[in-house]
Amino acid sequence: MGETGAVDRRGLRSLTALGKGRGGFRLAGLFGPRLRKGTLRTVFFAPALLLIVFLVVYPVLQTVYLSFISVTGAPTLGNYQDVLSDPETINPHLSWPPPLGTLLHNALWVAIHLPISLLFGLWLALILREVKGAWIVKSAIFLGMVTPMIVGGVILRFLFETGPGIVPSFFQALGIRSLGVSWLNYRETALLGLIFGSVWLWTGFSLIIYSAGLTTIPKDYFEAAKIDGTPPFRMFFRITLPLLKPMTLVIITMTLLWELKIFDIVYSAVGATGGTRGSVDVLSLQMFNYFVASKYNLAAAVATLLTLLTLVATAFLFRRMVKP
Amino acid sequence: MKVRWPKIRPKTIVIHVVAWGVALAWIIPFLGVLSTATRPATEVTFGWWQLDPYHPTLDNFIKALTQPTYSVSKGYLNSLIIAVPGTVIPLFVAALAGYGFSRFSFPMRHYIFLAIVLLMSVPAQMVAIPVFQIMVNLNLVDSQLALILLHTAWGLPWIILFMRNFFTALPLEVEEAARVDGASDFRIFFRIVLPMAIPAFASAGILQFMWVWNDFFFALILIFSPEKMPATLLVPKLAASQLITDWGLLSAGSILVLLVPLALYVVLQQYYIRGMIGWTIKG
Repeated sequence: MGETGAVDRRGLRSLTALGKGRGGFRLAGLFGPRLRKGTLRTVFFAPALLLIVFLVVYPVLQTVYLSFISVTGAPTLGNYQDVLSDPETINPHLSWPPPLGTLLHNALWVAIHLPISLLFGLWLALILREVKGAWIVKSAIFLGMVTPMIVGGVILRFLFETGPGIVPSFFQALGIRSLGVSWLNYRETALLGLIFGSVWLWTGFSLIIYSAGLTTIPKDYFEAAKIDGTPPFRMFFRITLPLLKPMTLVIITMTLLWELKIFDIVYSAVGATGGTRGSVDVLSLQMFNYFVASKYNLAAAVATLLTLLTLVATAFLFRRMVKP
Repeated sequence: MKVRWPKIRPKTIVIHVVAWGVALAWIIPFLGVLSTATRPATEVTFGWWQLDPYHPTLDNFIKALTQPTYSVSKGYLNSLIIAVPGTVIPLFVAALAGYGFSRFSFPMRHYIFLAIVLLMSVPAQMVAIPVFQIMVNLNLVDSQLALILLHTAWGLPWIILFMRNFFTALPLEVEEAARVDGASDFRIFFRIVLPMAIPAFASAGILQFMWVWNDFFFALILIFSPEKMPATLLVPKLAASQLITDWGLLSAGSILVLLVPLALYVVLQQYYIRGMIGWTIKG
């Protein structure tokens, strides 16, 4: 809050300073110095606002509107009813193997992928402090973050396919027949394969953020605690973890966003259909398929649901970001 | 004479083995793709890790680059045509607005800023239908200009946030001195602020460029002609063009598409990491 005030005061100060200045534009003569300044300053915002309103805000509102009207244009809640009661979204016969429905697939992605990539990244960041050549290890793990997700999906397919893939060969060598197959072709394994595979692509994020966070903790804290005879696990829970809280918040938010929006990986790994009988189908892909089929109102309803989920996921972080 | 070795604790050895083991496991999929792309198909039928006959070749890459319909070299060019303006324009536009948000006070400033930042979390699917209709009306469907415009608008919220944070942290003295000398807002912005913002441009620019280069969804809904497709759109096409997946061709194409962001990351690593951490943590 304090900083916000400072910025305001600064702004005001520069405003008065400029009012006294001569200004550089001729047409300004018509207006008072204050008004002229305000008019010219809108030029700083105009291009950005124009583009954002035209290509982001209006489309968002229009999508919300489309989701609440029927094909004939009459107001309705039917799109949401249709989408939420569709087995494609939530499969009423909840049983393994998938399809469980797009909504639940996304939820499963969150439930498995979030804790694993978060904790694995944290653990790596902690042990890498004491490892020689840590930057090489970090770079190797960060490769997944640089990879275009469409290529990431291809590599996952490659990894899990019998023949080129090392995963089925590995399980064949172990004698586990059920896992020695092309994972993405079977409903039992496809979804889990992609979720675990996406841990491989995303762990670099939490590793890099946590590593950066760890360097900001003063060494004195640990040394003081060591002198006091604090055991390591206690040091971790009492010092390290609380001080890493802002990073944890960022990682959770960004990871949630990534999981909710996941699209490219699924598209390139199993195709636009979302795998065998939609066993890897996700919300964004469902929306895309409605879009391709020109079912715009249903597509809009799915998109709006997806957006609601992302807004909930980001609410905490943004509150912190905007009020420094 | 007795040599005194430095004391190495067993824990240190274990940690090194584990960490390096993880790194190795992590690059195995990349090694696999690389191995498959650089060897003839007959050598990798029983797994790319079989190294017995080993004849490195660039055939797969040449094939991918010179494919008749879905040539990756054309895709490269298209990606550049989209990504270069798709990075430069939003950087400039966002710098203007970010500077405005950091320096000028006006009614509702915080609310407008909050609204813009909130847009960052909106999924691409949320704008797809209306954007498609807008582009139909503007006669821009299947045109790279449509993608440039969309990426510009789409990148603005986070670049504005990034730039605003950067400018807020800049010392004010120089600008105030210039103001006392009678310089206008624009003069101050172009002559003083922009040159100081070059590191911020580098950080935001590399992230935006990678985002545009890596984008798949927007291109998928707006571009249909093979000769206009960016490289990412061609990747699934390479997989689908035969009945049986030609893994050599697909691997080579994938590596080619991956190469640009990878090279950028290697060369501009500090800026990339700074950009990533800057807009997530410091905000």
